[in-house]
Amino acid sequence: MALLDVRDLSVRFETHQGTVRAVERVSFRLERGETLGIVGESGSGKSVTCLAILGLIPSPPGVVESGAVDFDGRDLLKLSAAELRHVRGNEISMIFQDPMTSLNPLLTVARQLTEVLEIHEGVSHREARKRAAAALGDVGIPHPEARLDAYPHELSGGMRQRAMIAMALLCEPVVLFADEPTTALDVTIQAQILELMGELQRKRGTAIVLITHDLGVVAGMADRVHVMYAGRLVETGTTHALFAAPQHPYTRGLLESVPTLTGDPDAELHSIDGQPPDLAALPSGCAFAPRCELVVDGCRSAVPPLEPVPGADPAAGDRRAACFEVKP
Amino acid sequence: MDPSGRWNLHVRDEERLLAEAAEYRGESLWQDAWRRLKRDRTAFWSMIFLAVFVALSLFAPLLPLPSPIALDLKAEPQPPVWTELGNRGFDYTFETDDDYKLAYWDLYWHDKRLVDVRKAVFGDWQTGRWFGTDSKGRDLLSRIVWGSRTSIWVAFAATLCSLVIGVTYGAFSGLIGGRVDNLMMRIVDVLYSIPFIFVVIFILTFLSEPRQDLETESLVDKGWVFFIVIGAIYWLTMARVVRGQVLSLKNSEFIEAARAVGASTARILFVHVVPNVLSVVIVYLTLTIPAIMLFEAFLSFLGLGIEPPKVSWGLLAVDGTDAINPIRTFWWLVVFPAGAMGSTLLALNFLGDGLRDALDPKLRGKH
Amino acid sequence: MLGFLLRRLGWFVITSWVVITVSFFLMRKVPGGPFSGERNLTPEIEANINAKYHLDWPTWKQYLHYLGPLNLDERGLFGDRSKPFGGVLTGDLGPSYKMRDFTVNDVIAQSLPISVMLGLVALMWALALGISAGLVSALRPRTGLDLTMRLAATAGIALPNFVIAAFLIILFVFLIPLFPVAGWGTLKHMLLPGFALGAPRAAYIARLTRTGMLEVLSQDYIRTAVAKGLPNRLVLMRHALKGGLLPVVSYLGPMTAWILTGSLVIEKIFRIPGTGSHFVNAALNRDYTLAMGVTILFTVLVYGMNTLVDLAYTFLDPRIKLEES
Repeated sequence: MALLDVRDLSVRFETHQGTVRAVERVSFRLERGETLGIVGESGSGKSVTCLAILGLIPSPPGVVESGAVDFDGRDLLKLSAAELRHVRGNEISMIFQDPMTSLNPLLTVARQLTEVLEIHEGVSHREARKRAAAALGDVGIPHPEARLDAYPHELSGGMRQRAMIAMALLCEPVVLFADEPTTALDVTIQAQILELMGELQRKRGTAIVLITHDLGVVAGMADRVHVMYAGRLVETGTTHALFAAPQHPYTRGLLESVPTLTGDPDAELHSIDGQPPDLAALPSGCAFAPRCELVVDGCRSAVPPLEPVPGADPAAGDRRAACFEVKP
Repeated sequence: MDPSGRWNLHVRDEERLLAEAAEYRGESLWQDAWRRLKRDRTAFWSMIFLAVFVALSLFAPLLPLPSPIALDLKAEPQPPVWTELGNRGFDYTFETDDDYKLAYWDLYWHDKRLVDVRKAVFGDWQTGRWFGTDSKGRDLLSRIVWGSRTSIWVAFAATLCSLVIGVTYGAFSGLIGGRVDNLMMRIVDVLYSIPFIFVVIFILTFLSEPRQDLETESLVDKGWVFFIVIGAIYWLTMARVVRGQVLSLKNSEFIEAARAVGASTARILFVHVVPNVLSVVIVYLTLTIPAIMLFEAFLSFLGLGIEPPKVSWGLLAVDGTDAINPIRTFWWLVVFPAGAMGSTLLALNFLGDGLRDALDPKLRGKH
Repeated sequence: MLGFLLRRLGWFVITSWVVITVSFFLMRKVPGGPFSGERNLTPEIEANINAKYHLDWPTWKQYLHYLGPLNLDERGLFGDRSKPFGGVLTGDLGPSYKMRDFTVNDVIAQSLPISVMLGLVALMWALALGISAGLVSALRPRTGLDLTMRLAATAGIALPNFVIAAFLIILFVFLIPLFPVAGWGTLKHMLLPGFALGAPRAAYIARLTRTGMLEVLSQDYIRTAVAKGLPNRLVLMRHALKGGLLPVVSYLGPMTAWILTGSLVIEKIFRIPGTGSHFVNAALNRDYTLAMGVTILFTVLVYGMNTLVDLAYTFLDPRIKLEES
């Protein structure tokens, strides 16, 4: 049985411009200890999916329309506020993109770490401090004891994200949502943070949902990849299979737009024409149709379902794509 | 593919980008702000209300109101009468300049001409006692309308004064930057911590003394000192706000971007800097005017405001509160002046809030 | 820290010196002394009075005498040396011109505690009403309660405080006799004037609280706190309130100035013998030394409060460094 089973999750936002369909019938499963990458442009609904699972969508304007999230025999979407609080930060943790704004600038690192332990495990302040220091040490922060009483602005960007990771892992959660964990960091720091996450995962067996727009990050970290476009999943598969033989034209476009070291340096860099669609006014058919090179008439009238890729290698995992033009 | 360079665009791409850009071309800051202001009902109606009020006060001499200073020495204030629309009691003739002083006070030339027009149109007819009379039998409605002139124009002139000083100082400080900026802002900080109002009261008491020697009287007109002094107090915040805006604009990326694509200094100044500073200034103005109107009332309360026979809302409010006693409350003396002042200040506040939202770049294109 | 305080002190000395000097010379520039307008004064008596208060001295000498620290009159440095020092620099604000037999220091010593009491009551009202109204608006936006609070708050801004005081008197003294009309002494005397003085600013504080809280509540770190599983109470009290109330803290400086100004009006209406009403009387009666003494005192109070607020700010917001300010 999957650790986390998301089925048909839909989220909309009621805004002044109309109803924004941020997430539309998204389903995925997460197995114990694996890393699932969710890839997409900004606004494709990848962050909203994770926020919705933890009940963090601000309402209004956000509404979780439908869906079920099975976790440990419970439906997270139906939990009471108190039960949900017990899950957050304890069984499922989340780290965010910008460690500068995601840590409270007015409170010390110690305060922000220890409160997690005090809430979820009811340990004494002294004990919590000790464990917070240990956790900072685990994520590679030197002199953790001294850093405890620092304020976030006194740490470097990389250190802040390490502290953020330490905070998320304090209660040894089984699932970690990492929402663009390296986007706000320098490239060299990015690599360190990813390495750290991989190492911690190997040690503790935490399952990670890695949300990113950076294909490089996914290639290095994820076991499986889901690609999102305009609120829908458009392609799934193991990282290897998906990168080796992308099926959906959008995935293909994404991969082609990454410059490679071995490619012709004079070749024009590929880009996907057009703009991502306005989520408040989605086209009736496939949302990618206006930008698609393979578009056929059927694409504009019906939304292609996410179906198994015919003839895919069984080793490629749950290989699916949402495109009428995918043929064996 | 273009073999000469890696990043050269195809003609096709270029056309596509231009077409896309045209599609995304925005409306100007002001169009956008105006559209959003119209959407904000409260702010919009506040603006209409204020416009009507300003027009009324501007054309007060045209209106068929009783004289604001004609005394009717009855024992006590008369309550409002709503049954009588008007009467033929305005029996003044305006032939020499002194005639105007009987019904009003020393009016400006253009106001006298407006009075002439009123006399020609309405003759002796004047409105009835709609708002009652004050303790000296003067018509309250007329006094409120004429009082609005003083209050609104004092506030306007003083605000303008603070605006000129504040914008000049703040823009200069922000543009020069460095040590000069530092020193100039430190001076503002210091001035902030002086309770200027006490100094103002101090100065005004000297000026309001009944002087035997007319020499000083001619040297300083109290009204002007009043404007200048008030303006001089309120420029501080303006200076800070403008300087902050100029500084942030100076270092902002879009100015750099404009410079990078070769926009001229004049274009940068008028297309990018002025509108952005102006929006802050406008919002600030709607906050300063109420503050100054309240300050005028405060000075009237202390007996340092405008001098009779002229009236202002502050003076009327003071008269009203003075008339309060446990035996009889002359409610109209408090309610009408307070109502006029309160509704104007409320409208200004609402308009200020609406403008702030309408001009807030973070909210652009919303609603 | 020490450097900051010293710099502040330096600026304070300069500021007060400018205030004193400018007002002093303005005062002397005006023709006619404080006693020239009084009737029933024979020239001899007037000359005597002028001599007593050194108004017959050249202006520069009067100024130096007033400023101190050297006592220039015959009893001072050049006389029997029993009082060699005096003047503002030694904290001596001189004799009152109109309240004979009183020095300005006497008047202030008597009236300041009253004004401070009144100011504190006003501050309590303003903070209690303002913060609670602001929190309601921020946490329950667009509800009926929010709208009512905001309307009441705006009304407070839109009327002069003497009109508000008048309405309060009609309501709570004449119609429902809950409070005494005037006077001073018990808490009952303080509540109504304190309210009239503080409540209009509650409107502004409510607005600051509301904007501050809404701003903070939209921050990423609030989402982090919720994602950590903190209960709402803790998210609010520990993570949001501190940042959300920072604007209110920085407003306490201007608030002090505002309360002092308002006290002129409120003390007059409720006939409270505080420093403010003394100032008004002094200003109107040309009691120059008293008016100037109070001005200097209020400058000190406002400046001190601003410095205190800046200090408090650095404790509340670790990102702010004193050295830069």
